Amino acid sequence: MTQQVLAKQVQEVFARFSDGVVEDQRVGYQGYIVAPEHLLDFARALRDECGYDYLTTVTGVDYLADGKMEVVYHAFKTLGGPALEFKVQTNRQNPIVPSLALIYPSAELQEREIWDLFGIRFEGHPDLRRILLWEGFYGHPLRKDWKEPYFEEVAKPFKSRFPDGKVYRAEDKHPLKDNIDFPEGFDPAKWEAEGDAALYKALTNIPGADEPGIKTEQIILNFGPQHPSTHGVFRMAVLLDGETIVNLKHVLGYLHRNHEKIGERNTYIQNMPFTDRLDYITSMSNNFGYAVAVEKLMGIQPPERAEYLRVMMAEFTRVISHLMSIGFLLNDLGAFFTPMMYALEEREMILDVFEAVSGSRMMCNYFRFGGVAHDVPDYIFDKIKGLVFERLPRRVDEIDAYLTKNEIIRARCEGVGVLTPEQAIALGVSGPLLRGSGVPYDIRRAEPYSIYDRLDFDVVFTEHGDVYDRYLVRLEEIRQSIRILQQVVKQMPEGPIQIGKSTYQVKVPPGEAYGRVEAPKGELGFYLVSDGKPNPYRYHVRSPSFVNLGALAPMSIGSKVADAVVNLGSIDIVLGEVDR
Amino acid sequence: MGVEDLNLPGYEIPSAMKGNIAITTLDRIYNWCRQNSVWPMMFGLACCAFEMICSAASRFDFSRFGMEVMRPSPRQADLMLVSGTVTKKMIPQIVRLYNQMSEPKYVLAMGSCACGGGPFKEGYSVVSGVDKFIPVDVYVPGCPPTPQALLHGFAVLRKKIENESIRTVRWYRKEAVPEIPIPVLGPDLMDPRRYAEIKAYAAEKAQQREQEAAGSLNEGGQA
Repeated sequence: MTQQVLAKQVQEVFARFSDGVVEDQRVGYQGYIVAPEHLLDFARALRDECGYDYLTTVTGVDYLADGKMEVVYHAFKTLGGPALEFKVQTNRQNPIVPSLALIYPSAELQEREIWDLFGIRFEGHPDLRRILLWEGFYGHPLRKDWKEPYFEEVAKPFKSRFPDGKVYRAEDKHPLKDNIDFPEGFDPAKWEAEGDAALYKALTNIPGADEPGIKTEQIILNFGPQHPSTHGVFRMAVLLDGETIVNLKHVLGYLHRNHEKIGERNTYIQNMPFTDRLDYITSMSNNFGYAVAVEKLMGIQPPERAEYLRVMMAEFTRVISHLMSIGFLLNDLGAFFTPMMYALEEREMILDVFEAVSGSRMMCNYFRFGGVAHDVPDYIFDKIKGLVFERLPRRVDEIDAYLTKNEIIRARCEGVGVLTPEQAIALGVSGPLLRGSGVPYDIRRAEPYSIYDRLDFDVVFTEHGDVYDRYLVRLEEIRQSIRILQQVVKQMPEGPIQIGKSTYQVKVPPGEAYGRVEAPKGELGFYLVSDGKPNPYRYHVRSPSFVNLGALAPMSIGSKVADAVVNLGSIDIVLGEVDR
Repeated sequence: MGVEDLNLPGYEIPSAMKGNIAITTLDRIYNWCRQNSVWPMMFGLACCAFEMICSAASRFDFSRFGMEVMRPSPRQADLMLVSGTVTKKMIPQIVRLYNQMSEPKYVLAMGSCACGGGPFKEGYSVVSGVDKFIPVDVYVPGCPPTPQALLHGFAVLRKKIENESIRTVRWYRKEAVPEIPIPVLGPDLMDPRRYAEIKAYAAEKAQQREQEAAGSLNEGGQA
């Protein structure tokens, strides 16, 4: 792997730590290994002196054979450019790593996830609780020696699925006839469920609450997981003083579907349909992210026509996603379902295109490594032309005319949920949320992939960082997407749509790769570790919604409880991606 | 079903009054009213929720079947659409919502995940089908089912309602319908109805471990 050329300041920082920071020498690996005792100083120097102010991804890897665990960080510059990757290694028996949550607040949620799934403790973390599973769950599931109740084999394809294998129901093999397992000698009658005690303790633990002064009674209010304005099975617990939010904690994991554990059993291509179900509104973009990551690892490039088709599909999903997001925001504001109808009408038109090219409306499974699965049929190409040159621009203007200057929308959205650029960068948020706060960071420009460097479009950003600005960014991004679509349709080259023959099994050399794309909701990244076998050793999804949710509490604290709902709507989350 | 269809054969209605008067049984008129005003609960779990929303929107529009009123409160809903993957963390809430719904109530399992675990069945925190806990009336498989498939599921449910009789339905019986015990989140998901089984399983597991340990000790001794 070629090492990137480092700026002078970065080299100076490395020199200062001498033995504490060494280059990762393993074959196919990049980045640097930092000694745990130097991690805090190193991160602080990286942020303050080298300009790597934007830490987007933190994840763990369990190297069972080597007897160690690793925490992997990807830091970027908001000015653009590739990642600086650094890692910390720890033992498996008692894994402890210093927490970066106070230097990079974006690490807070992701470190909680690592604690939950890997059992790595983060020293100095402000609120280290389980996040996707519940308090009391036995074990840490992403450790390589932890086996799920329906465990069959380490990697697919399972022997029972071959033509001559005998397929059986997973239930029949398990003694309890269900997807459950318990530790030895466990007695359910003696179990005392912890429930939400830890959550409420964290919620009411506010610095400065003991100070003398007038004491008012505070109440805890729970939204969700079944609530019409939580966009799925999201739950937030708010501590209220009257109608003002004093503290807010979100509770996740109600849709934790074990993408990562299943993904490490699957072969590479088997993961493609699973990525569809991450952010289920934008399946094509998810495919894109995964394909980019695997292709980076394999070192291949899809043919020209495939690139154009990919960009076309990805931009269509952006149109869908932003339209839906605007519809949902209006739902949350009280304009129940009417604006949504406008969004859904256009969505149906685009879904027809997806159905024609991939065979499915929502779960497209369209991308392949080194190309796409099918070509666009001629009759649908005419429809695409009609959509991008006539129908969509007109409909966007229509929605703009109905909503943008609406007095109620402005009254409810302007100045609400303000996120300053400094906060936004520190929290690691991405997508329209970051650009709405005045940071013109778009991966399509900051670290171009596919053919985006050849296309002509603007990075939309606004300066106020409130809910209204996020709405404006989304609306304008739809226009930019249509602009891209028009160019793509005009320039669409002829040629093959896939390199080589399409195969069920791809050869992926050992190594690691982090591929990221600008999904409609922000930075969608896939961190993959390959050990040369047919299935990934580590498969991590850095989902934009999950990290963006970290901004909900800073946005909402101090405002009224009704605004929390609007703030959530403006972040635009999809729970499939948040909980994975 | 028009007024004509409500008529029971055998009653002669003068031709001038046809279309205005129907003579029928209590069961039929009662079921006719109910099947045309099924209110679903507004409650989405995962990907399938989007196809559910599409079914409610202009292209497919299930309000044609009297279902346009989606209620977020379980107290006002007749039909629970379990639209998506049911996880272990979510199932206590789903059972609680089901218990809170007033009779008559129906459950439609939408999508492969709700029917039987779907593509995520092997995952450690996924329930293998919502019918492990609550009774399901209609299964609509698919990942996700298209709106057309969901509408077909509604048609099947309407048929089911049509064939019920006021004399036999569970909500008019003397004895109260028992509530479903709410699952507890322990080291794993625990169904209160199966505590004895779980205890026996865990005890057996402990015994096995002891035997294995003893066995390996013996082997070590022999070597």
